Amino acid sequence: MDGTALLTITVLAVFVGFEVVSKVSSTLHTPLMSGANAIHGIILVGAIIVAGQAADPWVLAAALLAVVLATANLVGGFVVTDRMLHMFHARKNTAKAGGQPKAGSK
Amino acid sequence: MSLLDPVWTSLLYLAAAVCFILALRGLSSPRTARRGNLVGALGALIAVVTVFLSARLENIPWILAAIAVGSAVAAPVARRVKMTQMPQLVALFNGVGGGAAALVALLELAHAENPWVRVAVVFTLLVGAVSFAGSGITFAKLQELMTTRPVVFPGLPVVMAVVLLAGVASGVAVVFTGSLPLAALVLVLGLAAGVLLVLPVGGADVPIVISLLNAFTGLAVAASGLVLGNVLLVVAGTLVGASGTILTRAMAAAMGRSVAGILFGAFRGGSTAGSMVVSERPVRSSSAEDVAVLLGYAQRVIIVPGYGLAVAQGQHTAAELAQALEARGIEVDFAIHPVAGRMPGHMNVLLAEANVPYESLKEMGEINPEFKTTDVALVVGANDVVNPAAKTSSGSPIYGMPILEVAEARQVVFLKRSMRPGFAGIENDLLYEPQTSLLFGDAKDSLAQVLGAVKAL
Repeated sequence: MDGTALLTITVLAVFVGFEVVSKVSSTLHTPLMSGANAIHGIILVGAIIVAGQAADPWVLAAALLAVVLATANLVGGFVVTDRMLHMFHARKNTAKAGGQPKAGSK
Repeated sequence: MSLLDPVWTSLLYLAAAVCFILALRGLSSPRTARRGNLVGALGALIAVVTVFLSARLENIPWILAAIAVGSAVAAPVARRVKMTQMPQLVALFNGVGGGAAALVALLELAHAENPWVRVAVVFTLLVGAVSFAGSGITFAKLQELMTTRPVVFPGLPVVMAVVLLAGVASGVAVVFTGSLPLAALVLVLGLAAGVLLVLPVGGADVPIVISLLNAFTGLAVAASGLVLGNVLLVVAGTLVGASGTILTRAMAAAMGRSVAGILFGAFRGGSTAGSMVVSERPVRSSSAEDVAVLLGYAQRVIIVPGYGLAVAQGQHTAAELAQALEARGIEVDFAIHPVAGRMPGHMNVLLAEANVPYESLKEMGEINPEFKTTDVALVVGANDVVNPAAKTSSGSPIYGMPILEVAEARQVVFLKRSMRPGFAGIENDLLYEPQTSLLFGDAKDSLAQVLGAVKAL
């Protein structure tokens, strides 16, 4: 892909990024930050490409370290965000099994 | 071996990018947020499968093993972390992402023939390293491995300027020469800049720094996409960079300050005179039973939770107290200041964990007009976010920060550990007002005592 096309995509993505989060309520700032954090873990794709092209063992070792770090970012980010959002989901009506026993006794 | 032709590869990356946009969009509303996050994870899965099928890759067993290791480390931690400790985990994940981006750029330098591509390499190195080291320091501050107070030494701005200039200068040299040792130097200088950037930031401002570093990592990932010519990395990184910037600004606005002011220490430079000085003026200290009577015979109660509640792990007790009061027919809401907790919106997560329905968590703008008709405002472990000095005293460091107007309520009850001023080190005049009473002690213990007394009414 040539440079100008990439630049076009970058600029458009900036505006999409501004647009999609501009109306978010402060209630969800933490999950949003954590979710965005997970998304940049997609650097894993870059790390995989670099590791897959590595011929030198040192380059491979460094690239594999990048793969480990990026995977931690990606997987950990989505898991912790999901956990957080699950709590927003678990409303009064569905008191979790194993949750607070006192919640239902009012 | 490549199974997919370039067109399919591009289309699948496009699908992944759309998933990420939908994920961010979904995260803007509590109803769609969880699905949004799952859509994002699906996008990530599509992207990772696509890269395996499309590129000519060697070392696949090694790569799969590295992915397994990364998942095996991160997933259990993410699943088990306490919600109060979640901000530091987010900082940590953010840091390793930045580190991965910097490593990718460093390794790609050998393939970067075009000077413009080397500009992207240098940018990724520098920003990724700043994010990695800065997040590490943020983690250490939040985990209290080091002091949460600002760390400053004379000449810090000069050292920072020298490091940044050296980083940019060696970066320029890398662009022209493509030298790997110089690129490694850029990386080291970036790490130093990250440390210097976060050291002077005080505990109260750490949340904003997490958000800023998140945006940085996004930008580093976008730049690494330019290095690799990978559209998906460009789009995903830019999305995160843009949304992180918006979020950082929104949070800074909620604290009534500028991002630059936080980073360059205008806050500390301001007058913190009177900090840590405990005033001799009399306060009305009361017992758990008194507080229970006040609450139990009110019609409308607003609970203002703050950082102290989170530290004391008292959110479940607070939720129980709210339920006990509601069972007596009292209208109870939680008023959430945008910067309550250790991360913007952190308090919402903590209370959601304690099964408080999010409908009863009210944002500042929504709840402020209601304090006038409120019988009791119960302030648990919060101080600066209810300090009227933010409105009245122009010399105060928090002047201009929007606050929760608890002073409007008929009675104000503070649950506090001591008379020590809050994070910002500013005395709160509200504590000495006639309508205010104080119950001293650990937030959780105090809440438990009040809860017991309410049940006994």
